[in-house]
Amino acid sequence: MFDYTVRRLLIAVPTLIIISLVIFLVLSLAPNDPMAQVPLTVPPEVKEKMREALGLGQPFHVQFWKWLVQFFWIEPQVLIDHYFGTNYSEDKLRVISWQTRAPVMDTVVQRLPQTLWVVGMSYVVAIAISIPIGIYSAYKQYSIFDQAGTFITMVGYSIPPFFTGPLVIVIFAVHLEWFPSTYDTLNEVNNWESFITQLKQMVLPVMVLAIQGTAQISRYMRSAILDNLNQDYVRTARAKGLSESIVILVHVLRNSMIPVITIIALNLPLIFGGAIITEQVFKVNGIGQQLILAIYANDLPTIQTLTFIFAFLIVFFNLVADVLYALLDPRIRYE
Amino acid sequence: MNNKIKNQEILFSPGSTYWGDVWLQFKKHKGALLGAIIFFGIIITVMLGPFLWPFEPNAIDIRSRNQGPSLLHPFGTDQLGRDTFSRIIAGGQTSITVGLAAMFLSLVLGTFIGVIAGYFKRLDGILMRFTDLFLSLPLLPLLLLMMFLFREPLSVSYGPERGMFILIVFAIGVTSWMPTARIVRGDVLALKQREFVIAARSIGTPDQRIIIRHILPNILSPILVSATLGIANAIITESALSFLGLGFPPDFPTWGRLLNDAVDYLQIHPERVMWPGLAISLTVLSINFLGDGLRDALDPRIRGR
Repeated sequence: MFDYTVRRLLIAVPTLIIISLVIFLVLSLAPNDPMAQVPLTVPPEVKEKMREALGLGQPFHVQFWKWLVQFFWIEPQVLIDHYFGTNYSEDKLRVISWQTRAPVMDTVVQRLPQTLWVVGMSYVVAIAISIPIGIYSAYKQYSIFDQAGTFITMVGYSIPPFFTGPLVIVIFAVHLEWFPSTYDTLNEVNNWESFITQLKQMVLPVMVLAIQGTAQISRYMRSAILDNLNQDYVRTARAKGLSESIVILVHVLRNSMIPVITIIALNLPLIFGGAIITEQVFKVNGIGQQLILAIYANDLPTIQTLTFIFAFLIVFFNLVADVLYALLDPRIRYE
Repeated sequence: MNNKIKNQEILFSPGSTYWGDVWLQFKKHKGALLGAIIFFGIIITVMLGPFLWPFEPNAIDIRSRNQGPSLLHPFGTDQLGRDTFSRIIAGGQTSITVGLAAMFLSLVLGTFIGVIAGYFKRLDGILMRFTDLFLSLPLLPLLLLMMFLFREPLSVSYGPERGMFILIVFAIGVTSWMPTARIVRGDVLALKQREFVIAARSIGTPDQRIIIRHILPNILSPILVSATLGIANAIITESALSFLGLGFPPDFPTWGRLLNDAVDYLQIHPERVMWPGLAISLTVLSINFLGDGLRDALDPRIRGR
């Protein structure tokens, strides 16, 4: 098991480096000029100096190496300093946003919790809803519940988050006025009332993302249970006289969860992609919105860092899926 | 029982052709049939609509602005008095054309890489690592990035609409070929061991002709299924980009763009987001059902049951 994990880790590291290279390449192929906003009254030689100060004149591999050092060496030092009060990172150059003139990672750290809360909550909700639906519709295959469930999950799967977002706003915020339509970013949770406000404003974004997740997970859950229901061990369990609930909820469910757990881990990056749109719709101040703002503002260091963070999340959850799969199904490890 | 015998009679009756059997199985999937009818209905409406509908999508009529649904304007009008129905039709033309073109590009790329990886053992490892790498790229952020970086140079050289069209089709195409490549590779690997391919090779058929004459016709069904799902994916991606304001120019209607414009008026005219949203969802839903039915119909193990 340890060997397997190490092997997977060793594959993940070069993948990440190649991805960061791809992102870097796309950005450096970009024909637009970060100095375009500088007023025309600035003399060309000053402009040239500004360009050099931004590190734009250097060859490609030097720029890439510097970015790697900044991101993987200096930023972790900042983190260590923050937690242990040391000063390894003093006077070292961090990745600075062109938009805010502050280190990119500081903004990311401020915004990441909102994204993680919304995405995490929506995933918990999606799993809690979709697993019982999947089990029941597989158990009663071709029943009315199953047919309706299949149709509804297909609908949920087909409606994109940029339509469900406005749709739930129209229904729950404009007509029913139950929940606010936008996220109040200034709300601090320090008493019961502000907690309720926080809860209320999270309902709609979480709902939109949960619809997407539920549709995907329950389809997989249903087919995984169906695959297992015809197995010999199920017949044996029934022949032993075990009750139906134990057969389904203990024997079948445990075996069916193996593929479903990997799907849950593998789909998480998709939900992060959906979070970019959902944050835009509900004005949640997460990293998805930060990415959009940075793209509009031509803020290359922020774009680069955020795209890489998204890539990191994908590779990380792929790794988690692989390891979980091997942990749950011993046959995988010896392939 | 009776039904089963009847099916088998149909299947093994001398007059049945391959596509005849597929059609028989497809017809039985009611959802897929309905999906196909709705999808082709949408395509016909969108393609013929401009010739039959009296309003121009960009004709401004300030006096009749912000109207609700009426006989004259069944979907109402927007803040400049433009007829929403004609804008939905115009938007559909763009969205569906982008969907078809991007699907075609991703299908060509995916099939090519899948066939090469499955057929030539030496290239298999590296091509599959390449596919895995693409699968772990953060696609939406990268697409946004490509839109943002390359929109201006392409607009300058091809004009704003055509440049954007090329860029979107290309961007969606190169980021969505991976599932097709994987499925095709798996099928090619299995086909390569079959007797007819070995026989063809033993009489000295060159690789190129084996691929074109023997492999490609036999992997048509997975390709068709990924084609349907590819259209749905491309339409959603294009709409997402337009929705985020990084797609076609503002006055050029696409479904995502119309949705984005309507969101600004969400509080006053909430019904306005419905039309483009319903158009996207209905199209994607019908395509997904169509794909589901096609998968069942093209799978010989399921057919005839």
